[in-house]
Amino acid sequence: MAGDMIVEARGMNHWFGTGEARKQALFDIDLALPRGSLTVLMGPSGSGKTTVLTLLGCLRGVQDGSVNLMGHELNGATEAELTALRRQLGFIFQSHNLHESLTARQNVMIGVQVRPGVNDDLTRRAAAHALDLVGLSDRIDYLPANLSGGQKQRVAVARALVGNPQMVLADEPTAALDRDSASDVVDLLKRLGAARGTTTLLVTHDNRILDRADRILTLEDGRIVTNTGGARGNDAKMHSRAPKI
Amino acid sequence: MSRLLQWIFGRLPIGWMQLTHKRGRFFAALSGVAFANVLVFVQLGIMNSMATATLRPYEFFNADIMISATDANALSEGGNVARQWMLQALADPDVTAGLGLFVGDVPWDRGERDITFTTFGIDPGQREFIAREIATDSALLQMQDAALLDRLARGMSRDEAAAIRPQTPLSFETKGRTLTALDTFAGGGGFGGDGFMLVSDQTFLSLFPDRSSAAPDHILLRLRPGANVEAVANNLHELITDKTLRIRSFADAAQEDLRYQQTQRPTGVIFGFGVLIGVLVGLVIVYQVLSADVADHLREYATFKAMGYGHRFFLGIVVEEALILGILGFVPGVAIGTAILTLMGKVTTLPLAMTPSMAITVFVGTVVFSALSGVIATRRLAAADPADLF
Ligand SMILES: Nc1ncnc2c1ncn2[C@@H]1O[C@H](COP(=O)(O)OP(=O)(O)O)[C@@H](O)[C@H]1O
Ligand SMILES: [Mg+2]
Repeated sequence: MAGDMIVEARGMNHWFGTGEARKQALFDIDLALPRGSLTVLMGPSGSGKTTVLTLLGCLRGVQDGSVNLMGHELNGATEAELTALRRQLGFIFQSHNLHESLTARQNVMIGVQVRPGVNDDLTRRAAAHALDLVGLSDRIDYLPANLSGGQKQRVAVARALVGNPQMVLADEPTAALDRDSASDVVDLLKRLGAARGTTTLLVTHDNRILDRADRILTLEDGRIVTNTGGARGNDAKMHSRAPKI
Repeated sequence: MSRLLQWIFGRLPIGWMQLTHKRGRFFAALSGVAFANVLVFVQLGIMNSMATATLRPYEFFNADIMISATDANALSEGGNVARQWMLQALADPDVTAGLGLFVGDVPWDRGERDITFTTFGIDPGQREFIAREIATDSALLQMQDAALLDRLARGMSRDEAAAIRPQTPLSFETKGRTLTALDTFAGGGGFGGDGFMLVSDQTFLSLFPDRSSAAPDHILLRLRPGANVEAVANNLHELITDKTLRIRSFADAAQEDLRYQQTQRPTGVIFGFGVLIGVLVGLVIVYQVLSADVADHLREYATFKAMGYGHRFFLGIVVEEALILGILGFVPGVAIGTAILTLMGKVTTLPLAMTPSMAITVFVGTVVFSALSGVIATRRLAAADPADLF
């Protein structure tokens, strides 16, 4: 695969359930994300966005087709290999999932400590720096309970970014936020991603975000129906097929 | 504390922070562990004191072999042994002396409270059978109705006991006779009686007119120095006509008695169960707290899993929590346990006390069982699937 693609999926199918209840959620997905790009994944509820994200993010095993992530084939990878790959990714969830008993800084530190051999002092400073980047330098020692919803999600962004991940996967990170906080969080992802060369895959319903995307993928009933450059679209190489009728 | 733990674990002490975040639950858990510890300490203390009390009377005598009836599981239980078997035993060249030991309960009516003495009747002339501390006084027993009293007996004041001297004897009525205590020795109240008393076999037989001098409760033997006790005991089995008799070394007899008290007698079994229940209570409390804690943090743990943390990391957190609960719960546990045992020892005059070996055993047990509960509690983590987070 081209070296400038961080992840490339070909002919990916996915099913849930077994026997009678077995149901196909993804059909023949082809996609490729250029390094450093911001891609928005759209589509109605139930169309398979989250499933795509969990497969590319090594949170589920690939059942059919090929997914190459940073040079590793995910189809057939062991649990240990998937876990190791996940250490090079950053995740942002719809809810912040911060640890209630840890301060903002400690929550972010968890994002670095997953890598073996990082020393404590470095971790603390990296966490403080990441919180500074998301504009929370004055909230470093706050517990989540004392932060607003937007601030908590920014801590989650800092936690996802602190380890300098190759790729950040975010699933509706702004759904629970008010308009201003949501746009803050997306701006952060965009700005920090660009500055660090991080690839970002963002699932959202939020039309306000589209103009920040390099590329927009739309899913419907488990198939990619459109694959277009965003408002700031570039000539990134995307592999797509017309939906099968 | 947090810094110290961070240094120990080389990572954020997440377990500590998680536990201390919910103070109410944390203190409830610590009290639970402490309570379980106290339970175990009290039961162990009683079991220990039962061992001390059971073995104590064996220390009054010097013997190599003890012969008892087949149903005589303890010093004061079971049938008697015909003196003629002692004569057969003496035919063995390694056996140098034999002593008939009589055992019976002698009450002393003290008005508001009776004292029961576990009383041993022996031939006071055979001083080599009597422990050194007592042997010096044994000549006093040659007098009819003379007795040596246990100065640690329950129900008798220390001052009263100290006043008993050959010059200032103490007489009391029992079983229609008047016994005269001429001196005292250090025995100690046990589970069977309030204390011990030594009398001559003649005096014993006059207290128990239905007993016969031809049939003591046990026969004690002394062997030639250097003789192999086991070999002689085996030889005596051959030599003595009655094959049902229990012929074993004196030390084995004491240990058999103890094992009997701990495993056959209701009291021993109950205290053994008490220890088990204490351990179970502790296990269940720690497990409950930790598995509730894991369940409460399932989303956070799933997030950690998504970030690439493996099972060892979670095991580390939960075992960290378990050890914190175990160690911090042990501190009040051992303090309260010591206080309760001391108090109970005062009230019952049983030899109840916290011993270092008890404290160490319970500490190690607490740490091991807490960690075990923690390991079991992490099984709930399987439910934390990071793929469900999105
Ligand atoms: N764990 C699961 N078990 C069974 N079916 C699932 C599971 N997760 C998703 N699905 C099904 O797969 C389809 C796609 O779901 P999902 O990827 O969550 O869609 P989206 O994120 O676009 O809303 C849906 O029909 C959904 O019901
Ligand atoms: Mg979804």
